[in-house]
Amino acid sequence: MNALRRTALRNWLHGVMFKSVPLMINCREFEGFILEYLEGDLTRRQSFVFETHLKVCRECRDYLTAYQTTTDVVKRVFQDEEAPVPETVPEDLIKAVLEAKNAR
Amino acid sequence: MDDDGLVAALLSGSDTAARELVTRHSPWMLAVSKRILRDPVLAEDCVQEALIAAITKIATFEGRSSLKSWLHRILMNQSLMKLRVRKRRSEDSIDDLLPEFYENGCRIEEVGSQYRTPEEILGSRETVDLVKQHIEQLPESYRIVLQLRDIEEMTTAEVADALELTETNVKVRLHRARSALKSLLEPVMRGGGS
Ligand SMILES: [Zn+2]
Repeated sequence: MNALRRTALRNWLHGVMFKSVPLMINCREFEGFILEYLEGDLTRRQSFVFETHLKVCRECRDYLTAYQTTTDVVKRVFQDEEAPVPETVPEDLIKAVLEAKNAR
Repeated sequence: MDDDGLVAALLSGSDTAARELVTRHSPWMLAVSKRILRDPVLAEDCVQEALIAAITKIATFEGRSSLKSWLHRILMNQSLMKLRVRKRRSEDSIDDLLPEFYENGCRIEEVGSQYRTPEEILGSRETVDLVKQHIEQLPESYRIVLQLRDIEEMTTAEVADALELTETNVKVRLHRARSALKSLLEPVMRGGGS
């Protein structure tokens, strides 16, 4: 069986499972829960449903991993820019600020 | 002199203290403002106005937060005001970058790749620059939410307030922004496993 047919078969099976098993959501519904799950805003029952889908669905597992990696990277990617004190003193800015201050 | 001493000296109207405030805090303020406005000149104006505002109303600083987070708030207000005034550019759609599903609700996603860890991605100048470039590519209305929530660490309520959106709207945009960025970062993240 080639890869394409294997994917199609798995996809079909998933579709049937998500529809017929109780407390099972499909990937589209799962997508709608991601942010609230990560923020801890789901009820216990909702979290259970979310995690159950995650256990059986490889696509959503990989997706969530990449989503979390993205978020994690975004949160830290600018940290290097907030360097403490630079070598050069911003004289122009100091001058402008002092002028405004003493004009009052 | 620490920040507490600096505040005391500013209250007495010292020029030396004002100079020290600018020297110590303007570098990070400039970085923040540039990220929000994506315009170095406008960002410099903004930092200058924020510092003047801070010195003018230093008496209202109650020391309940750090001086830095107080300055951060002032700077945010200034930057967001400028952002609102600035003429909106036409926005590209984000739809092409959002996750896709089959008709039966199953996700269309390439599975089985080895992902790089955040540490690996952040560990290289090259990938860090790529990430920053991709954030820049997001349509403004999504980028700004991502920026304020994930980078400037504001709460959903604060972002909603600052951008005059509902909290639900902020969450929807944040999720879409992260999803879109995830699509843009696929090649970077999947580069691992070697
Ligand atoms: Zn799924």
